[in-house]
Amino acid sequence: MIRYLARRIGHAFLLLFGVSILLFLMFQAAPGDFLSEIRLNEQISPQTVAHLRAQYGLDQPMPVRYWKWLKSTAKGELGYSFAYNTPAAELLWPRARNTLLLSVPALLLSWLIAVPLGVLAAGWKGNWADRLFSGGTSVLLALPDVLIALLALLIALKTGRFPVGGMTSVSAQDQDNWARLRDLAWHMVLPVAALVIGSVAIILRHVRASVREVLESTYMRAAEGHGLSQRKILFGYALPAAANPLISLFGLSVAFLLSVSLLVEVVMSWPGMGPLLLEAILARDLFLVIGAVMFSTLFLIGGNLLADVLLYVFDPRIRRQA
Amino acid sequence: MKLPFADRSADRSHKKAGVRGSARFKLTWAIWFLVAIHAVVVLAGFFAPYNYETQDREHPYAAPTKIHFVDCAGKFHLRPFVYATRNDDGSVIGYNEDCSQPAKVGIFVHGDEYSIVGVHSTRHLFGVQSPASIFLMGTDGFGRDQFSRLLYGGQVSLFAGFVAASFSALVGLLLGGIAGMYGGRVDDIAMRLAEIFITVPWFYFLIAVRAFLPLQISPVVAFLLVIAVIGVVGWGRPARLVRGVVLSARERNFVLAARGFGASNSYLLRRHLMPLTFRVMLTQMAVLIPQFILAEVILSFLGLGVGEPFPSWGNMLARAQQYNVLVSYWWMLLPGLAPVPVFLAYHSLAETLQERIKSNI
Repeated sequence: MIRYLARRIGHAFLLLFGVSILLFLMFQAAPGDFLSEIRLNEQISPQTVAHLRAQYGLDQPMPVRYWKWLKSTAKGELGYSFAYNTPAAELLWPRARNTLLLSVPALLLSWLIAVPLGVLAAGWKGNWADRLFSGGTSVLLALPDVLIALLALLIALKTGRFPVGGMTSVSAQDQDNWARLRDLAWHMVLPVAALVIGSVAIILRHVRASVREVLESTYMRAAEGHGLSQRKILFGYALPAAANPLISLFGLSVAFLLSVSLLVEVVMSWPGMGPLLLEAILARDLFLVIGAVMFSTLFLIGGNLLADVLLYVFDPRIRRQA
Repeated sequence: MKLPFADRSADRSHKKAGVRGSARFKLTWAIWFLVAIHAVVVLAGFFAPYNYETQDREHPYAAPTKIHFVDCAGKFHLRPFVYATRNDDGSVIGYNEDCSQPAKVGIFVHGDEYSIVGVHSTRHLFGVQSPASIFLMGTDGFGRDQFSRLLYGGQVSLFAGFVAASFSALVGLLLGGIAGMYGGRVDDIAMRLAEIFITVPWFYFLIAVRAFLPLQISPVVAFLLVIAVIGVVGWGRPARLVRGVVLSARERNFVLAARGFGASNSYLLRRHLMPLTFRVMLTQMAVLIPQFILAEVILSFLGLGVGEPFPSWGNMLARAQQYNVLVSYWWMLLPGLAPVPVFLAYHSLAETLQERIKSNI
């Protein structure tokens, strides 16, 4: 187990390295930087700009800058935000926490809905429920996430029952913890719902497909022949046999959810990483951009590691290999 | 004696033929629909009653024009007509129809000038005589016809997706083919690189790559840039698929035979292996194109893609982020629905193609 995990973690580190090097290479190729805006301002002398460039280390070659960035990352700073004048990590941590606050409940909820429903749907074949299911998931898959987020916002605005944007209300701030928690949960309802609607269809489809594939095998027919109930076959035998690809998908679905979450955050002004990333791009605050991508990759790796552990626990074949 | 399972297999083959038939129907339907919608979008100038830039300053945020068959006096007309609308009280609430100014909906009428591949014309499929105007999907804040802009916007959104997917597929074909053919270290490097592009959450990566490029650019440059960014971020998956096909085909007899005759690696790749990837790539294109259309929509929605005055489904939807617009003018959300039929068609195309590949193996 430990060796298996260690290998996985090593792999994850290599991935992070790769991502950061790639981003730095693009950084290097980018025309203009944070200071190119300042340079246009005539009131600031070229000497000052040059001085600033030196101060931020923008005049050094890329390997040196990368090395410096690595050192600052080792200290937990992830480089320096030009626009905010603080280490990038300081800005990113609270935002990352808020993003997780949306994506983790949405992830769990999506899977809690998708697994039972998907397994059931695998049992329906060719009847009206099957058609309804196929049609429903097709339409959900075809709905652009932006539209879902906008519709959630519209619901908030029209009904007036849900808070519009943000994650806390001013009135709840001076109350006790319990009231603050309730306030937060109330703010989470619509964004989480939008995320679930945006991501549940694809998971449902996968669950149904992989359970159906198992159902076609001969041992399933044998189980059927023994007169086992449909429910027992589906949930007792087919689901565990189909679990392996689904657990891998669980890890991958983190990436998908983070992507959708970025949009939902921007549209519903949830103070997560999405709006920060967008601001950073408009200000050409490139370290912040790199930091945000690194954070999102880190979450993804976390999801994949969790999937690996689950696979190890649930799939004896993997245990044997390791 | 009649064998029970013989019966059953016959029954199954019959069923399979039925499934094949419905799959074929789905495939044909999806392809024709896509061809039609692309044709309409390419010929937007003709199908749209107005130009994408034409502003009607008297009618900002006008609701979709009502098309009548029965006039104010209660008389029925065979030919549909609209009434000119006016904002009577100067408020922003809406427009009133003016019963004294009906205008018949005409076919092949003259209107704004447009050009399609160099051919200039002023004829439009339909339109009405001014002072009335026909806004099938209402107007935006500048009084521009949303329906016309939607058609023109399709040129950006649909083709950005298509071209970017082709670009990704090409890069994937090249790198995946080389990785599968040469194996060893080349394979390792290419596949590790592909893995990075596949695993990083896709919007984050997309936006980050966009971040490294200049912000203030002309719409045409922005269009090309968006295509390049999406294509670059998306090449990982096709590369991996191509590599898989090449890897398995490399050891097949006809390839080994060709190699025995002294065929070079590049010849084998070109002549024998690439054609084998055709079906996989076709399916992959059907998967990628809707994804990439969505990517363009999102980039433009966030203000990082194609900008004003040229419409894209994304930048048209961006206006709906303002609370007052979202609440008062529901038709501003219509550009968000525009991709739905296109996505449905592409998804069903991808699904049928995938089933075909599976059933043929």
